[in-house]
Amino acid sequence: MSFLELQNITKIYPNGTKAVNETSLNIDNGEFVVFVGPSGCGKSTLLRMIAGLEDITNGEISLDGNVINNIDPSERDVAMVFQNYALYPHMSVFNNMAYGLKNRGISKEEINNKVNDVAKLLEIDQLLTRKPSMLSGGQRQRVAMGRAIVRNPKIFLFDEPLSNLDAKLRNQMRLEIKRLQRQMGVTSIFVTHDQTEAMTLGDRIVVINNGVVEQVGTPKEIYSKPNTKFVAEFIGSPQMNLFNCKIENGIAHIADMRINLNNSANIDDASLGIRPDDILISDNGQHTCVANLVEYLGSDMIIYSKIGDQEFSCKLSSKINLNAGDTFKFDISNTLVHLFDNTNGSRV
Amino acid sequence: MKFKPLEILTHIILILGVLLMVLPIWFSFATSTHDNVSIMTEGMKFFLGESFSQNYNEVLNEKGGWSEEVTAARMFVNSFIMALGIATLKVVISAMSAYALVYFRFKLAVPIFWLIFITLLVPLEVRIFPSYKIVSDLGLTNTYTGLILPLVASATATFFFRQFYKTIPDELLESAKLDGANSWRFFIDFLLPLSKTMLAAMFIFMFVYGYSQYLWPLIMTTDEKYWTVVMGMKIIFTENYEGVALPRTGERFAYIILSMLPPVLVVVILQRWFIKGLIQTEK
Repeated sequence: MSFLELQNITKIYPNGTKAVNETSLNIDNGEFVVFVGPSGCGKSTLLRMIAGLEDITNGEISLDGNVINNIDPSERDVAMVFQNYALYPHMSVFNNMAYGLKNRGISKEEINNKVNDVAKLLEIDQLLTRKPSMLSGGQRQRVAMGRAIVRNPKIFLFDEPLSNLDAKLRNQMRLEIKRLQRQMGVTSIFVTHDQTEAMTLGDRIVVINNGVVEQVGTPKEIYSKPNTKFVAEFIGSPQMNLFNCKIENGIAHIADMRINLNNSANIDDASLGIRPDDILISDNGQHTCVANLVEYLGSDMIIYSKIGDQEFSCKLSSKINLNAGDTFKFDISNTLVHLFDNTNGSRV
Repeated sequence: MKFKPLEILTHIILILGVLLMVLPIWFSFATSTHDNVSIMTEGMKFFLGESFSQNYNEVLNEKGGWSEEVTAARMFVNSFIMALGIATLKVVISAMSAYALVYFRFKLAVPIFWLIFITLLVPLEVRIFPSYKIVSDLGLTNTYTGLILPLVASATATFFFRQFYKTIPDELLESAKLDGANSWRFFIDFLLPLSKTMLAAMFIFMFVYGYSQYLWPLIMTTDEKYWTVVMGMKIIFTENYEGVALPRTGERFAYIILSMLPPVLVVVILQRWFIKGLIQTEK
């Protein structure tokens, strides 16, 4: 039995919207799981149901062997870090962290010790007497984390906690969250719409779309073997190129380009996916295209081009000298392509 | 330092405004320090006289009223109790009812809110006879409870608290829930401290409202022991008009000045808090 089990969880809002549909998921103790998906896909709703902030329409959630469907949020022993931190504006940092402990009837001395320990761990021990309004974004983030950590809960829930930070701070906090989670070994669920965050943080990633789990797997599995067209497009930056094509006897027809897939598939309406950095540019490549636009990114550059009327991009080292308007030659290796059936979006 | 013409003009306007408000009070105060003979012969005074302690002492300690049993000091105590009771209960009750309206999802919450809101159209003066009937049937005439109770509900304050609570982000409630706060704790530990400014402001308004009640105590009380300051203003020191005695104008002015003090004090004391809250936005 897993530490956290979701069985056929469904959430239907009073207005009839189905936010989460028949979702089942098992999470092991100490695991770091990331829910990722576009906004409105139901990932936050799922998290809030685990926290107990939303009623569960159907299905069962059990934590550490107990069904928690009808247990009050305060008794579930979960801690949550909110997107806007939800720090208590009228309390000092110390009291923000101590509040949950006070409500659990823990002695003053113990609260003092715990809060001070966690404050040291997060390097906010100098800020304990300040009010949240006197803190910077990054400091608030740490306090919100501290408030969750100090309670030593069974599960940490993170609801897009990094989206209010600037890019540099976000990367820094991302690493720190990962490090803290490793150090404490507490089961964590992290919700984000940012696939980079998902890839870097998660032991496992759950890709959600329209209230349905599209794929569950390690970052590597998800990246290298996306189960559906949606996952293929959503994970990876820049986005995977998907060419609409017809496949006859294992040969993909994309406009006048032919790619031998080395199988015997016959699909009328298929998508052939290849990641921009899997397109191999070489002087003796089989295919030729014109670079319409070149985006320079420092160490890399991205070239935008077209096959027939279908746009695609390739990512390559910026050491190669290529300008907009130039022609270039490339190969698409059939070991690096992903094939999806357009009728249901699933991998072939 | 150089002043621009516009600045000088605005300052003149402000100073005129201040004078307009302060001068009548100053006149009253100056007059209250003179003896009745000089007021009678020379009219209102601008400069201070010599009867300050005599007049104020008489006002506070002389027994007045029809039965000659009530002193002004007693009336101050009554008014203070009434205003304090009304202000405290109004603030507490409306904060709590707004909490119920905003945070508890019960059917009819919206109609109930509007029902509360339309009571603004029915002030005490409109319902004074039914109110009197109820209070007298309950045997509460000539009691502090009777003075305070019919005035403790406030649609205005409920409305303001409701609007304020609605601006508090939901995450705060959710976070507090996860931290183990029940509904009562959330109210005490979060809503009350967050609405400190609001509480102070409402308390000021409601105190002044309670203090300046005239008609209700006039109808409610037959026993002079429960007279309030505002009622007394009409009645006290008028009993000697007839006969040879002079009208006791000096004492009456002293009484008016004293009657202004409690609301002024409440405003001055709470204003500090109020303004502090306005500067440090805590949301």
